Amino acid sequence: MDYLPYLLAGVSVGGQYALIAIGYTMVYGILRLINFAHGDIFMAAGLIMIYLCTALPLAVSIPLVLLITVAIGFVIERAAYMPLREAPRMSVMISAIGVSYLIQNLALYLTGGLAKPYISIPWISDTITILGATTRRVTVITPILTILLMIALILLIKKTKIGMAMRAVSRDFDTSRLMGIRVNNVISVTFIIGSLLAAIGSVLYFTNYTAVVPTSGQMPGLKAFVAAVFGGIGSIPGAVLGAFLIGICENLIKSGGGAWTNFSDAFTFVLLIAVLLVRPTGLFAEKKIDKV
Amino acid sequence: MKRILALSLALLLTFAAFAGCSGASDNSAGTPASGGTAAAGDSGNAASGDKIIKLGVFESLSGDNGAGGKQETLGWVYANSVQPTIVIGGETYTIVLETVDNESSTDKAPSAAQSLVSRGVSAVLGSYGSAVCIASSAVFDQAGLPMLTVSATNPQVTADNDNVFRLCFLDPFQGTVLADYAYNTLGATNAYVLSKQGDDYSAGLANYFVKHFEELGGKVTDEQFPQGNTDFSSYVANAKAAGAQVFFSPVSTEAASNIIDQANAQALGIPILAGDTWDSNVITQAGKGKDIEVTIDTFYQESGTPFDVAFKEWISADPQRLADNNGDDTLAAFSVMAYDGYFTMLEAIKAADSTDSAAIQAALSGVKYDGQTGAIAFDDTGDALRNSAYIKKVNTTDGTWEFLEVATVG
Amino acid sequence: MNNIKHRRNKKILTAVNVALLLAIYVAVFVAEQVLPQTSMLFVVLKKGSIYALIAVSMNLLNGFTGLFSLGQAGFMLIGAYVYGIFTIPEEFRQSVYQYFDGGVIHFTVPVVIALVMAGAAAAIFAALIGLPVLRLKSDYLAIATLGFAEILRALFQWKIIGPVTNGSNLLRKFPNFNDFNIKGADGKVAVYLSTLIPFIVAGICILLIVLLIRSSYGRAFRAIRDDEIAAEAMGVNLFKHKQLAFVISSFFAGVGGALLAMYQMAIQANAFTSAMTYEILLIVVIGGLGSVTGSCLGSFLFIAASEWWLRGLDGGTFLGINAPGIFRAGFRKVVFAVIIMLVVLFYRKGIMGDSEFSAKRIAERFRRIFMKRKSKIEVVENE
Repeated sequence: MDYLPYLLAGVSVGGQYALIAIGYTMVYGILRLINFAHGDIFMAAGLIMIYLCTALPLAVSIPLVLLITVAIGFVIERAAYMPLREAPRMSVMISAIGVSYLIQNLALYLTGGLAKPYISIPWISDTITILGATTRRVTVITPILTILLMIALILLIKKTKIGMAMRAVSRDFDTSRLMGIRVNNVISVTFIIGSLLAAIGSVLYFTNYTAVVPTSGQMPGLKAFVAAVFGGIGSIPGAVLGAFLIGICENLIKSGGGAWTNFSDAFTFVLLIAVLLVRPTGLFAEKKIDKV
Repeated sequence: MKRILALSLALLLTFAAFAGCSGASDNSAGTPASGGTAAAGDSGNAASGDKIIKLGVFESLSGDNGAGGKQETLGWVYANSVQPTIVIGGETYTIVLETVDNESSTDKAPSAAQSLVSRGVSAVLGSYGSAVCIASSAVFDQAGLPMLTVSATNPQVTADNDNVFRLCFLDPFQGTVLADYAYNTLGATNAYVLSKQGDDYSAGLANYFVKHFEELGGKVTDEQFPQGNTDFSSYVANAKAAGAQVFFSPVSTEAASNIIDQANAQALGIPILAGDTWDSNVITQAGKGKDIEVTIDTFYQESGTPFDVAFKEWISADPQRLADNNGDDTLAAFSVMAYDGYFTMLEAIKAADSTDSAAIQAALSGVKYDGQTGAIAFDDTGDALRNSAYIKKVNTTDGTWEFLEVATVG
Repeated sequence: MNNIKHRRNKKILTAVNVALLLAIYVAVFVAEQVLPQTSMLFVVLKKGSIYALIAVSMNLLNGFTGLFSLGQAGFMLIGAYVYGIFTIPEEFRQSVYQYFDGGVIHFTVPVVIALVMAGAAAAIFAALIGLPVLRLKSDYLAIATLGFAEILRALFQWKIIGPVTNGSNLLRKFPNFNDFNIKGADGKVAVYLSTLIPFIVAGICILLIVLLIRSSYGRAFRAIRDDEIAAEAMGVNLFKHKQLAFVISSFFAGVGGALLAMYQMAIQANAFTSAMTYEILLIVVIGGLGSVTGSCLGSFLFIAASEWWLRGLDGGTFLGINAPGIFRAGFRKVVFAVIIMLVVLFYRKGIMGDSEFSAKRIAERFRRIFMKRKSKIEVVENE
């Protein structure tokens, strides 16, 4: 059986999940918060792009979308998460769920609940043939772009001052503050990077799957989080690897046909539970010593 | 600051509570689809002391079936604007439409149905989407309200439900027509069927298609995708791998645009077949300029009659209506069916000569009316006697529908 | 002397609490006979009582034991389906299971037994799921339980077990609340019981949970919530107690799911999404983590606001303001989401915090106000 179309689809969607997963893993690493709203920021980026493209040319819309999404991520962090910094973990998570709820309902209200067709970006949405399988050019571009961005991000974290600050804050929050690191700024930068990657991911994702609905971000967001857990929370290469794996497995299950296609979404969770039981810290996590 | 906020929140909710309590009697919510036009017509008269009769419009205005529900609502509202009054017992009553959104969700539908009941409607028009019809029929039955749906094709909608009547044909009929078309006209002996998991309509129609196609001697690969799935490339690849000669996908328009798009991107190469849900300009717009063949069966085909022209003008006159009709003025079959449904309900009210729901329900079963979509009469289960369907396909150059033939069974 | 007075006061207060509860039930019963059946009040009462039960069961797990679980929708699904499958009357089975030749189950059980079965089935699944999952820490536990709920949802829609669960199609025609109305000789309803029944069932279940919380098990749960390591050091068997909390919470979530099926009169697996769990979680947080009365109050407020009071926002006219351009479909949910965010940000403790309603506290507060006023008058008089 020819597995190429499934692998291509899997790698492509995996790359898109990876861009979202990086945002999850970074925020969790520093704040220990599952940012439920991240998937919805991804969806919002898609909708904003559609609205901008009706008024502005493409060359202006794409950078503007990135900018606006980053702004949204920043505002959400300041308004919904910063006031709850001292509150117990569950409060912040509830706040994240509340923000997710708000974004989805706003999108529902503004779009009237109808699916909006995404604009077609020339060149990347062209159909090409690879080794006998016909697909879109964006399926090939996505994994390449994802890996490039991942490398850039790792360099940022390892070589720059702000990257060192991020590593310090995720290792020990309070001590970093005592050492004079402006923790609020570090957190804001984390959210900015995460939102930027989500916006890029949304451009790639919606070029391939062209209908945008308010709930478009829910499943990809959840799967991206599973990928982050799978790879090891706090580890960026782990999240990317996990995402590709989930994307490929999902499509291989769909190829199985017949009775098993029902479970293509549920399989992601089976994978998650298996990982949590066997290796709870994920594949690449940093060793943590639980002090009693 | 916190106290002021708390106080204002509490006050807001208390006022809302009072408004809600008393709202049951005088709440004349205008239909969302019509913007300002219909609201001006129906909320003004209530104050002048005219007699009014309320009809409930129970539609899915958001969610998976939002597009279809909005187009169907256009039909109800247009019919109301053409005929806003009715004579009962010698007096002229104004017909007021009360609209509620059931969000295409079977767990929100019963509460939405209850809120419609609480507004004192005499009968219910709608809904689009078999699952929400089935889910809410019990609520309306308990309240003694008759329900007329014009596009829900699943047999369970009227089976054992005495208060539900249906204007369109049923899935067993539709499945047979489509299977015949696939086997005889398209000459396919190997079919790939993709339905949506968790959707009564999709699973039901797929079931009937598979049954009849196999009876004719064909081979079927039957698969389902989970709700919310946007990546159909693997299913397209499955169809190619199975050597299918026709791709049958009875799903909602939301998934449809993705399927068409990805089928094109991966050069599926075989004809795509679908049911009545795909009769919408969402499909024609998705298919425009693409190298695919999409054929559907439906309840109506517009052909430039005075009715068609007038309806299209009405839609184009208001930007909100145009947006609800997905941007252009192509008539969706459900809009026209809704128009017929409205007049069918009026016939029943005239025959019952009262605003009492039980009388209207009794009169509905005996209604005979000639509508835009054909002659209307109901059988014992509450289904309309319909035995023909219009087959049409997408003209990929213009992005319009091209009429092929009328198919009948029996 | 003081001791006897203290004991007498305590007895009076318990009597007052019980009397208040009974008054609520009587009020519900009377309201149902007097007000028209079509009023939205009954929707709020029925759905509110069902969600109150589920919220209390979730509070038991999240608020009292500190286990952050997001799998409630999955257990509700099990409960609803078990109830539906075993109570559909034989005459309707052929048409409900029309794609599966009438299904495989051809017997029915009485409603009460079906409710218990629903809870038991959910509890059994919980016991199985709990074995691997309860070892995980809070955030991972949340995602793992969420995952299990999604897997259950996909499982119940599987075509292969369609003859039992009806696959993607709705289950309907099972007994519902209106079947409990007592009909007179002329066939018309003489006594309405359809709202009292969910109140009674939910009330009994919540009472059982409260009894559990007040027992030594409840104290162990709270010890685990406050400090797991200290609790273990004190001799509390962590796993056994977590398992107990999980199973009991799921039992009542299952019963709640069955009640929800009775309310909706038609159920479909697809509708039990994680969004439903989030709603319950929001109710618990609004009411106050760790407060049973808070969850009950929060539930009624939540349902009333989302289903009833704010519906005008969808229709063009609200509080006399007519603005169909803004007030169209979907606005209600946006306003609701904003209110939730405000509550979460500014009133973290919820309505009741972690304390229960008590007539004593209200009496105290009145007395204090009274005393203050009295002393103020004395001060003025003395001057």
